[in-house]
Amino acid sequence: MIDAKHLRAALPQADVTGLLRRYGALVALVVLILFNLAFTPNFATWQTLNVNLTQVCAIVIVAVGMTLVIATGGIDLSVGSLMAISGALAPLIFLGHLVPLPHPLLGVALALIVPVLVAGAFGWFNGWLITRFRIQPIIATLVLFIAGRGIAQVMTNGNLQVFKVPEFQFIGLGRVLGVPFQALLMLAIVVLAAWALQRTVFGREILAVGGNERAARLAGIPVAVVKRRVYLISGLCAGLAGLIVIAINSASDANLIGLGMELDTIAAVAVGGTLLTGGRATVVGTFLGALIIQLVRYTLLANGVPDAAALVVKAAIIVLAVWLQRQGRT
Amino acid sequence: MRNDHATTSLLRHVGQHGVLVALLVLILFGWLRYDNFLGSFNVLSLLRYNAMFALVALGMCYVIMTGGIDLSVGSTAALGSVVAALLSPYGLLAGLVGGMAAGLAIGVINGLVVTRLGVLPFIATLATMLAASGTALLLAGNQSVSVSYETAFVELGQGDLLSFPVPAWIALLAYVGGSVVLNRTAFGRHVLAVGGNEDASRLMGLPAQRTKFVVYALSGTLAGLAGVILAAQFGAGQPIEGVGWELFAIASVVVGGTLLTGGVGSVGATLAGVLLLGLIFNMLNFENGMGWISLSAYWQSVIRGGFLLLVVILQAKLMTREEAAA
Amino acid sequence: MDTSPLLSMRGIGKRFGGTRALEGASLEVRPGEIHALIGQNGAGKSTMIKILTGYHRRDAGEILFDGREVDFASPQAAQAEGISTIYQEINLVPYRSVAENICLGREKRRFGLLDWGAMNAEAERLLARFSIHLDVRQPLTRLNTATQQMVAIARAIGFDAKLVIMDEPTSSLHDQEVEILFNVIRQLKADGVAVIFVSHKLDELYAVCDRVTVMRDGRTVKVAPIRDLSKLDLVTTMLGRAAEQGETAFRRARHNPADGKELLAVEHLAVGRKVLDVSLDVRAGELVGLAGLLGSGRSETAQVVFGANRAEAGTIRFAGAPAAFAEPVDAIRAGIGFLSEDRKVEGIVAEMSVRENLTLALLPHLARHGVVDEAWQKQIVDWFIARLKIKCASPEQKIRELSGGNQQKVLLARWLCMTPKLLILDEPTRGIDVGAKAEIQVLIRELAEQGLGVLMISSELEEVVEGSDRVFVLRDGRTVAQLDGESLSEPAIMAAMAHGDAAGQDARAGRDQA
Repeated sequence: MIDAKHLRAALPQADVTGLLRRYGALVALVVLILFNLAFTPNFATWQTLNVNLTQVCAIVIVAVGMTLVIATGGIDLSVGSLMAISGALAPLIFLGHLVPLPHPLLGVALALIVPVLVAGAFGWFNGWLITRFRIQPIIATLVLFIAGRGIAQVMTNGNLQVFKVPEFQFIGLGRVLGVPFQALLMLAIVVLAAWALQRTVFGREILAVGGNERAARLAGIPVAVVKRRVYLISGLCAGLAGLIVIAINSASDANLIGLGMELDTIAAVAVGGTLLTGGRATVVGTFLGALIIQLVRYTLLANGVPDAAALVVKAAIIVLAVWLQRQGRT
Repeated sequence: MRNDHATTSLLRHVGQHGVLVALLVLILFGWLRYDNFLGSFNVLSLLRYNAMFALVALGMCYVIMTGGIDLSVGSTAALGSVVAALLSPYGLLAGLVGGMAAGLAIGVINGLVVTRLGVLPFIATLATMLAASGTALLLAGNQSVSVSYETAFVELGQGDLLSFPVPAWIALLAYVGGSVVLNRTAFGRHVLAVGGNEDASRLMGLPAQRTKFVVYALSGTLAGLAGVILAAQFGAGQPIEGVGWELFAIASVVVGGTLLTGGVGSVGATLAGVLLLGLIFNMLNFENGMGWISLSAYWQSVIRGGFLLLVVILQAKLMTREEAAA
Repeated sequence: MDTSPLLSMRGIGKRFGGTRALEGASLEVRPGEIHALIGQNGAGKSTMIKILTGYHRRDAGEILFDGREVDFASPQAAQAEGISTIYQEINLVPYRSVAENICLGREKRRFGLLDWGAMNAEAERLLARFSIHLDVRQPLTRLNTATQQMVAIARAIGFDAKLVIMDEPTSSLHDQEVEILFNVIRQLKADGVAVIFVSHKLDELYAVCDRVTVMRDGRTVKVAPIRDLSKLDLVTTMLGRAAEQGETAFRRARHNPADGKELLAVEHLAVGRKVLDVSLDVRAGELVGLAGLLGSGRSETAQVVFGANRAEAGTIRFAGAPAAFAEPVDAIRAGIGFLSEDRKVEGIVAEMSVRENLTLALLPHLARHGVVDEAWQKQIVDWFIARLKIKCASPEQKIRELSGGNQQKVLLARWLCMTPKLLILDEPTRGIDVGAKAEIQVLIRELAEQGLGVLMISSELEEVVEGSDRVFVLRDGRTVAQLDGESLSEPAIMAAMAHGDAAGQDARAGRDQA
């Protein structure tokens, strides 16, 4: 006979905190969207979507790389500076300042590839410092944070580079079937990274290294290789984001590109539910986290709140998100 | 084997006193190369300018010794400078206390978020960094706030006491106090214990949470004080200033030999680290002045970064040697 | 003796998330009594202690200490009232000096500032009670584990405790130090201080304790004077069922695979300060035990063989070929598996599931073009869960939720699914309840009989003697004896550990000539 006691024993106890942890970001995003639909004029328009997507793409791309780095238990403070290096280098290439170009399109092609690779190389350098000398990630990437922007500034002597090269700027301004190209790029990267983290050996190795590095090594996982690779990836992502940002602005200012990006990306990662100590990560969560932060900012701006106050709100959100993360754990 | 021990011993001394050695070498180099390098004008200007960074680094040193980190110090200094500038018409004391109180408020928030909400220091202070920055901008109306010259406030930044810059006096007092507290008070030892092994110190019955809270409050207050000096020295409270201060402070602390993981540290070595990094900027100016090389100011960050890299690698090598020897 | 209790804990309940750790548990200690608290892992002993000392808050029940009802909110509060605790892990601050570690929390002051002279003197005085004399100003890390443990005890004593709780204090001590500890405990009793002694080691309990409380599944199941119970009674009560006669599950027919092929040969290995001159060998199908006191270099030797560390001198041959593995992955490829000593630190990836932990080393082999074949993975995991009788809700359950014994089984499966030729086990049954322990011992024996070579490091002499075909004894980083057949006995091993006896010398010399 079935009675209440048997029924309760059969159904698993609803784990509220676990649910909150897994779907909290999604819920928050939905709430934000609903709020805006109700109270913000002109919210449900293509233009609004466009504006928000444009601003969030670069952050998401960098944040994906950051997610992988944080998953190994590390951190990458140099992303903003690497964006600056990439963004400063690209115009130098396609404007022909570095090397004379036989054909302008060659310049564009090189400018789309070389800066990203250079940023990747710097990222690999970060990884090398961390693995070869066992320097703490926060300190190792601090070096490029300080020196990287300086390198970009020295390359351009701090000068603003203005340009109008539609072939290059397609990466930031172009559209495919009405959808901004960078948004498609962003989505592709998010999907690829999320899939790789779940289903590939490399992805699982990343999480093992972050979860228990010593155990991972004793289980035969090439810890140093894994770490160097994630920092390389982070560098590549930063390089790509740098290109997008200057393409949107039609200008490259080494002093400003990527300023504060490290904070924005870490915030997105934290809000999204990735554990900052490593071992558990969600790329989709990071994506949602970046959207949430962007949407909050937009909500405040559209409703007349000064930008400075938005900073305070952003801060509160970060703390709330991380605190909720912790609650879900104990 | 014996050679190994000797080398490890030598390296350990270098690690502990390396920053002093490097500082002396740099001073020697500058004295030989530039005119007026050790002249009173240059030295006093250097000390006056770097006093604010020194204060921030002191607070950061304490936080790092507990195994934490404080990324909000730059924005807190900016906030402090704005509040001090706004209160400067009411007198030196008003400006000073106001700025420090603003810093204390941020520090208290940091302390609470880290100890009560259990949020990682990195994230917590990242958040307050944004909040402090936002608050500074709001209070200042998105622009610089001029300091009033009708009160004695500017003396805090531009004045001299016994021919020695006031900001340098303040920093010196703070460091002497900081050193005494670290070595001769229970609180100071608790700071090191908590950083060395937090779980153990809690099980030993030490007030780990309270210690951490105080450390963040201290860091905030010192940052606020640095902001006061900033406003007094340059005649205006600047809400967007302070960018990168936290990383300069961290770099100074690390260069001085304090371990980022906590539990080991030296106040004096931090001061040496601040002077070392500050000297680089100074020497760059001289180098430009001599006209042989024209290094733009942008090279400064590249060189600072390079220096940090060198120190960090040396420290890392030293630590691996020590671990192998144990 | 005054029989009204010093400490009375009644009806204690505690939940962690969905798990019930304690229910209706009780503990009563009389003044000046040495009280044993025993139970398998997961029985609730540690939780009881942590609730008493304020580390956790109880959900139900009451605690009376020294006649008053108490509810300590923190270890500091408990300490102030006279309850001191020393834990299994050395809970001291490594970079601080010995004196600081002893005096932190009750610092001595002069004119408001710390009086280092007085504190150093106090520390020296406390250590002298145990006949320990050393420079109290040196950092704690300079001392070996055993001495650090003594410092921890000196600290607890120094706080004028009425009740001292010792949670597995002898786990890092060797026999002489254990004896010193017992003398300290007897001295405490003479001074009227009560002691709660938590331990797995039955022999020790009979040596010093007056009464015993047995816990099982979060409840108190028996309280009695220890003389009234035999060891068998204790074990039966702990397990809740009749235990096998004999200490380990190894006590079965032993076979001598003297004709197995040479699998591993280590000669005159040296690494750092812990391993000075170690030689041993393992043949296929053989279970070789590696015995020795703490600090004799056994784990370090194993780590070098496995490639986790590099040798400075000596040679290693595996499966007939020279082997100097630079990284564990090389050893794994050659066919070696390694179950490390500390599963929490070097074994499990806590956040990952049972499935992922089990296949952690196998993963590259389960993938096509870098993508994991999940169906194949599931097959392997299911097979091993059944074979090793791993108790878990599902393969997706997080490994940290499993008991120690089941975690160890998952780790064992991690290596078994790689079909290694040689399995190195470092303390495979440490910190595991009696039931799982027996299962693992039986499994190891079966594997050896199937042709796997096993090198087993163990500090439990019965386990070593009953399970091994041959035993190498290490002492201070050197191989001092090789024992087998008739010569393999507990007294022989202990003699070798203590003296590095003549018999051992001959055995080594004999091997070198062969």
